Amino acid sequence: MNLHEYQAKSLFTGFGIPVPASVPVGSAEEALRAAENLGGDSWMVKAQIYAGSRELSGGVKRVNSTKDLVAVCNNLLGKKLSTPQTDGEQLPVNRVLIEQAVDIKQEMYLSALVDRDSETVTFMASTQGGVNIEDIAEKSPEKIIHIQVNPCTGLQAYQCRQVAFALGLRGSHVSELTDIMLGLYDLFVYKDLTLVEINPLVISKKNTILALDAKLTIDDNALYRRPDLREMRDTTQENIKEARALESGINYIALNGNIGCMVNGAGLAMATMDLIKLHGGEPANFLDVSGGTTAEKVAESFKLILTEPDVKAILVNIFGGMVHCDLIAEGIIQAMQEVSVAIPVIVFLAGTNAAQGLDILAQSSLNIETASDLTEAARKAVACAAA
Amino acid sequence: MSILINKDTRVIVQGFTGKQGSFHARQAIEYGTQLVGGVTPGKGGQIHLERPVFNTVQDAVAETGADASVIYVPAAMAADAILEATEAGIRIIVCITEGIPVQDMIRVKALHRQMGDNAPYLIGPNCPGIITPDECKIGIMPAEIHLRGCAGIISRSGTLTYEAVRQTTVEGLGQSTCIGIGGDLIQGMNFIDCLALFEQDGETEVIILVGEIGGTREEAAAEYIREHVTKPVVAYIAGMTAPHGRRMGHAGAIISGGKGSATDKVSALKAAGVHVVASLADMGITAKKLNH
Repeated sequence: MNLHEYQAKSLFTGFGIPVPASVPVGSAEEALRAAENLGGDSWMVKAQIYAGSRELSGGVKRVNSTKDLVAVCNNLLGKKLSTPQTDGEQLPVNRVLIEQAVDIKQEMYLSALVDRDSETVTFMASTQGGVNIEDIAEKSPEKIIHIQVNPCTGLQAYQCRQVAFALGLRGSHVSELTDIMLGLYDLFVYKDLTLVEINPLVISKKNTILALDAKLTIDDNALYRRPDLREMRDTTQENIKEARALESGINYIALNGNIGCMVNGAGLAMATMDLIKLHGGEPANFLDVSGGTTAEKVAESFKLILTEPDVKAILVNIFGGMVHCDLIAEGIIQAMQEVSVAIPVIVFLAGTNAAQGLDILAQSSLNIETASDLTEAARKAVACAAA
Repeated sequence: MSILINKDTRVIVQGFTGKQGSFHARQAIEYGTQLVGGVTPGKGGQIHLERPVFNTVQDAVAETGADASVIYVPAAMAADAILEATEAGIRIIVCITEGIPVQDMIRVKALHRQMGDNAPYLIGPNCPGIITPDECKIGIMPAEIHLRGCAGIISRSGTLTYEAVRQTTVEGLGQSTCIGIGGDLIQGMNFIDCLALFEQDGETEVIILVGEIGGTREEAAAEYIREHVTKPVVAYIAGMTAPHGRRMGHAGAIISGGKGSATDKVSALKAAGVHVVASLADMGITAKKLNH
């Protein structure tokens, strides 16, 4: 689960990480009041969405008058924003964050995440912040400082000093960065994060270190023990269909092709999409029925797939383990009747009682084609979709 | 021969009397696994599935001489269960549970790293388990699809493991041992640990490695195969067409250094001499060809 910047910054404040004063607002009127309370004559207006690279899409603007403030707020609020990180989706801007503008002397980059390879929380820092950080990481990886935290000891101050000196910091900035990193590590562990990123972390012209941005991802598996964070969830930022699917225990992601897929297991689902592509077709979705493949779940999956108007054929690839294939076949027939599926459905079943399952399907009068192997199933689906 | 488990492996179940634990324990017993008992705190002294129930793993080990444990407890208690089995001296811990918080697994793995050579073999979490056909089944895989034979199978994905098993059975190759290592961010045994064991195993003649997008463990496996594996390896990588998904910030891209796509994995494996199949339908037939 992700948090908005304003939510992340409120957590930062609780862990002693300095941020500019700010107020989240939902209207231009509220924005005016917020700016008045914050004081000064220059503010940042920042769209609150679950994605980064907002500044590249006009989602982050500096304004120097209340007139501009109102104009930018009206331009963002209630609109949808896509950025290079939204993967083609449009996310609604229901809130903007009004923040005291900070004059920047130096921009840096600081993040922490769970690193698969070292199996630790790893901090990464760079003297160069901003949106080009990925290019820097790819072309000159030596410019990114890495620190791995031993979970038995936690992050130590000397490790923070190593980062500070490597960043070229001196004097009071060294202890400021140390406090920020120690706070971040506590936040990371106590709130079960998988990612926290500050880009940029800045030295202001007033010579203090501040987190100007905050991105934060929480471990979904730990939400059961973080009720305070669970309440921060903003479902308007989530894909409605994907969220509805998840409530039925189905992992679903819509894609652009015309062959619907229904598979059990995420790996097999990806592999089935790859197989369709390999035979010249385009998958319309990723769909993992996961867990027990019941008739109800199969019906729900058909409904989801059929919400995409372009779908011309559906490929069902189920591996019957604990739920036997004959029961799955009956479930498919029942679901197709219930949902009245009109387009061709190509089915491959493997595992326990696969032959019986395929027999049951072959004898039905519905628009079902069975396949005796995976390749045949993919070819048939591609042919049906092209017809 | 086989790797890690065989007919002499003595298995206990943590979460023995629960719904999942009972169901899969019964299946394991029917398969012929030496399932010697189980643990459910508070139910020590009872008999379940004609086997003794213990309050602690320590008690179970002392009484039964178990050297393997399979964990079916809920996610919130699973890391605790792994650590309890570790302290009790269990050699092979198979954690089926999915959804364990990543911070919990970081602590488990830190302890195992500290233990060095004395650390247990941890399989999973979030995996189907391990099976040596006709001898020992520890996990949730459907038994019927297996056939004792010469292919060693290592996979990150549950149902793709079954597919690799099914294909090698259809081809008549069969399997020496199959391990589903799971796909969590922090996991127990990785590809390299399993490859090393299969390379040493006299019965394994061909190895099938099933990977997927995310992380760089397939790339690391490729490097290892180039240096240390003499047996033929067939690989399949799922996710060539998977969407990128939305991102929060840049850290994920920085840590992977632009690696981890299916294409990267395929080229790394090919460069190491691995026979990478483009279609998942070709895993079994390719293994069969390489074995002759």
